[in-house]
Formats: sequence, structure tokens, C-alpha cells
Amino acid sequence: MKIAVLSGKGGTGKTLCAVNLTAVSPGSIYVDCDIEEPDGHLFFKPKTIQSEKVTVFFPKINALLCNGCRKCVDFCRFNALAMVHNCITVFPEVCHACGGCAIICPVLAISDGKLEIGVIDDGTVSAIRIISGTLNPGRESGVPIINKMAKMIENTQDLVFIDCPPGSSCATVESIRIADFCILVTEPTRFGAHDLEMVHELIISENKPCAAILNKIDSSDDPSETYCIEKGIPIMGKIPYDPELGRINSEGLVAAWEKESYKIQFAKILSRIIEEASHETVANPKR
Amino acid sequence: MKQLLILSGKGGTGKTTVAAAFIKLSACKAYADCDVDAPNLHLIINSSVLPISKPFWGMPKYKIDSTQCLGCGKCYQVCRFDAIHQFSLGFVIDPIACEGCATCTLVCPIQCIKETPHHVGNLMLYKSQTLFSTAKLNPGGGNSGLLVTEVKKQLRQESTADFEIIDGSPGIGCPVIASMNNADLVLLVTEPSLSGLSDLDRVAITAEKLHIPTVVCINKVEVYSAIIDEIIDYCHKKNIPMIGIIPYDKTVPKNINLGISIIDTDSIAKKSIIEIFTKVKQILYETKER
Repeated sequence: MKIAVLSGKGGTGKTLCAVNLTAVSPGSIYVDCDIEEPDGHLFFKPKTIQSEKVTVFFPKINALLCNGCRKCVDFCRFNALAMVHNCITVFPEVCHACGGCAIICPVLAISDGKLEIGVIDDGTVSAIRIISGTLNPGRESGVPIINKMAKMIENTQDLVFIDCPPGSSCATVESIRIADFCILVTEPTRFGAHDLEMVHELIISENKPCAAILNKIDSSDDPSETYCIEKGIPIMGKIPYDPELGRINSEGLVAAWEKESYKIQFAKILSRIIEEASHETVANPKR
Repeated sequence: MKQLLILSGKGGTGKTTVAAAFIKLSACKAYADCDVDAPNLHLIINSSVLPISKPFWGMPKYKIDSTQCLGCGKCYQVCRFDAIHQFSLGFVIDPIACEGCATCTLVCPIQCIKETPHHVGNLMLYKSQTLFSTAKLNPGGGNSGLLVTEVKKQLRQESTADFEIIDGSPGIGCPVIASMNNADLVLLVTEPSLSGLSDLDRVAITAEKLHIPTVVCINKVEVYSAIIDEIIDYCHKKNIPMIGIIPYDKTVPKNINLGISIIDTDSIAKKSIIEIFTKVKQILYETKER
């Protein structure tokens, strides 16, 4: 089973939940799809077994073959190519790596120059496999890194936790694509509830079953809980606002490994999730 | 004109809370929310007017005419975004994964792949004595960088203000890079955690690559911890001014839920925010016009 952990708003506790749910599931796999800001490895400190560079297509122009026809310049939808002093120049910041220019070039003057955009680290700690993708700063999109990690785990029978990026854009969609079940981590603020609604709409449009964990709750009203109740999103657990948990987490430690009470707390939430998710997958076998 | 951009790398460190406080403090006449896939600034601004809303159409996407498709699979082979899927009756393009590059149209032997318009989200402009530009991306929308550029363009076209505040998005990818365009200074709001520091580093490197000066403040500081020293050391090493610490105050989220600005309360965070704002303005007016 593959469980995606997401939130809409940043900082609600996605990584806290994804890391600790993984930590109470020996033999499971943790995949960090928050490639712009991957933090899961800071907690697990895995021993890296393999590091693989992720490259995308990048037009390499052979000036000797180029006949100056400009077909590539006219074709590129992203204006990544220009003719400067009778030479084709590529602007790497705007190139989307589609490879169209290489196909349209009538004299085969464009080949794949392979541009590195990031890295995937595959490691282990305490019988848990940690896969973590990192986008190089200055690069616009890490979707190819997410897709590559998804391919690495799509056929596994192990329990997988996918730590997703915040927001509700294309990177989030790619992160939940192979998930069987989604967990929404919420916080009791108006901002949290607003972004929860945006990401919940995305989950509905992707036709994925979901449930919620209410994080940082205190005595005041929780607009995120109200949203979950109104929309019939099952609540898997409530994590009270807890300065000690905050401290452990801020130091980059795994709470469930530091203190028995947190271990029990996350194990309880996990068993509810597994029950809910199994029920959902039986009810909707196509998922 | 000077433009201040507020970023953080990590989400939930308090970008929007700080931005809203600065807007109120400076009686800012022009501001924008560039966090288009999780916009929140409108929730705390309480504008008295309704926004002028208009759809934003991004790069067109492509669609296969299934009645004509021969099922040769050439488009499937060339698509580098895994956007084309095979079904029993032929091939289909997934509009979310499609980048709109049109490479598939180059190889289709019968030209049955056609351009289709792509609604990315909606732009909104609140126009009263102040200008507030924002947008909302459709769920799963791509082109978020283009939408951010439009949010900033919409503000620029109408604004005559000499000081603008831009609330950015978490991360370091396309919306963040698009929001950095024309910014004179980036305030990086971090929090005292290992994740906060790691993410701060990545967004600081991104700003450095684009030659935009940065300053740092640490938000939500409850008690002294070693990580605060680490952040201060980091800033010192990178030569980034560390301009203040905002104490954690649990009344802040409560007041936000009630729609009350920190500036109108006697929160312990308010004093630090005022001091940080004074320093930001000082540094901003020392930077050269871009």
C-alpha cells in the first residue's frame, strides 16, 4: 500500500507525520517528493547506498551541421532558443527539455546534451528504505525527479509513505499519482483550512480516497476540523499542540524513536489509517 | 520604486503573517500574494471591495482526436513528460502532465493532435485606496510561474506606489523564481528548526544565483535553542544580515483566525516585527535601484 501525506499549506506537519508513521513501520519505504525542500533525510540520517543524478534533455547544438534554417527557434513554445549572430543560442532557464527542437531540425544538428537537474538518494536506516529527491537550486521544475522516484517504487508490495510538496500544483499531483490513499495533515488556522480545501479538491479530481490527521490542536475552534466534518473526511487522529514534540522535531529527531508515548501515538494513528485505507481499496478495487 | 519580497523556503514559518503586518505598518499602497497554489493573504487583508477577477489562460495543451487516431504510438514515444497514455482504443493525453511543448504534433502522421486552450487559474485585483493583486491556481495546475508573473504584472500596470510588498510561496521552484523578478530585497522568514535552516539555505542559494540581496529573520522563537546559534552562524558565514527574532506568541494564530492584525493587538511579537520592519526599510533604501 502507498500512502501520500499532504497538506496544502506548508508547515502543518506533513514531514512530522510522514516521518513518524514510517518510523513505526519497520520494513516500509519513505519517499521524499518535496524535492524543492526535502527534509525527511534530516530526521532519518540514512546511510546512502546509492546516489543517482537526474538529467533531462538539453539541446546541444552542432554549429558545423546547423544550416541556420531557424525551424527550432520558430517551433520552441518556451522561447528557449534564439538565433544570435547566425548561431543558435539556448537559454537553459526557460528550456522545458521537451526535445522538440531535436526532432524538427532537418539536418540533425541538435542532440541530447543531458542537463543535471537534481539527485535521488536511496539509503536505509533501521530496516527502513529512504528515497529522497533533491532539486538543484535555480532549476524551475522537479517533476522529472518525482516521476523517476515514482517509477522506482510503483511495483513494490511494501508499505510506502510519500512525503508530498506543499501547495496544489502539478508537483503535488505527480506525487500522489501512484498513491492508493492520501492523508491530509491539517492545522487549526484559517490559512490551513483554506489550503486544505484547495488540496482536497485536487484529491477529489484525482479520484483518490483520503483521510485527515488534525495537528497542533488546542482548545480553540479548529476551522480545518469543521471542513473535514462537513466534507465527510474521516479523522485518523488528533495531535495536540505540544512544545516537547515541537522541540524534538525542530532538532531533527524522530519523535517515535525518542519517546515511547509518541511511538504509541503514531502507531495508533497508523493502524487506523491502514484499516481505513484497506476498507477503501476493497470498496473500490480499481483504486 | 522599491519592492520587498517575503520568502522562507520552508512552509508555515510565517511569511503571510509578517507580510500582512508589514502592509499594515507601512500603510502599503500596492501589494501582491504570489503563493498562487495556496494563497492566504486575502484572508487577513479583509478588503472592503470585491476583486476584479479574470481567467488566466496559460500555454495551450494538446489533445488527440480519438476518432482519427491510428494508434501508431509515435506521439507516446517522443513525449518526455509521460503525458501520453495508451488505452485499448488508442492514445490519450493527460492534461495535467502535458507541458504544451507540441513535440507530439511533429510526429503524428495524420496531424490528429490539436491545440486546446488551458485555463490555469484566476487573477484577482482588489482596487480601492490600495491595490492588492492575487490569484488562485486551479487544482493540479501547471504554469504557476507564468501565473505569478501575471500577478506581478497586474500590480505593476496599475501601481504608482513607491513601495510594494510581495508575499511569496514556499520552496525554490518556478513560482519562487518568477516572484524574484524585479524584487529589490528578499526577507527570508525562517524558524528555529533544522528543517527551517536547511530550507533557508536552499532559498538563499536560489536568490544568490539571481543576484538578489537577502536578509533573514527568525520567527516563532519560544525558548533559546542551539539551532538559533546555528542560523546566526549560517547568516554570518553567508554574509546575510540577520535582522531580528520574533518570539512565539500563541495569540497570533488565534487573532488571524478572527481576522485581527498583529499590529492592532498588544502581542509580544508586535514589537519585534516593528523593529524588523524598520531595519528592512533601511536596508531596502540602501540598495541601488534595479
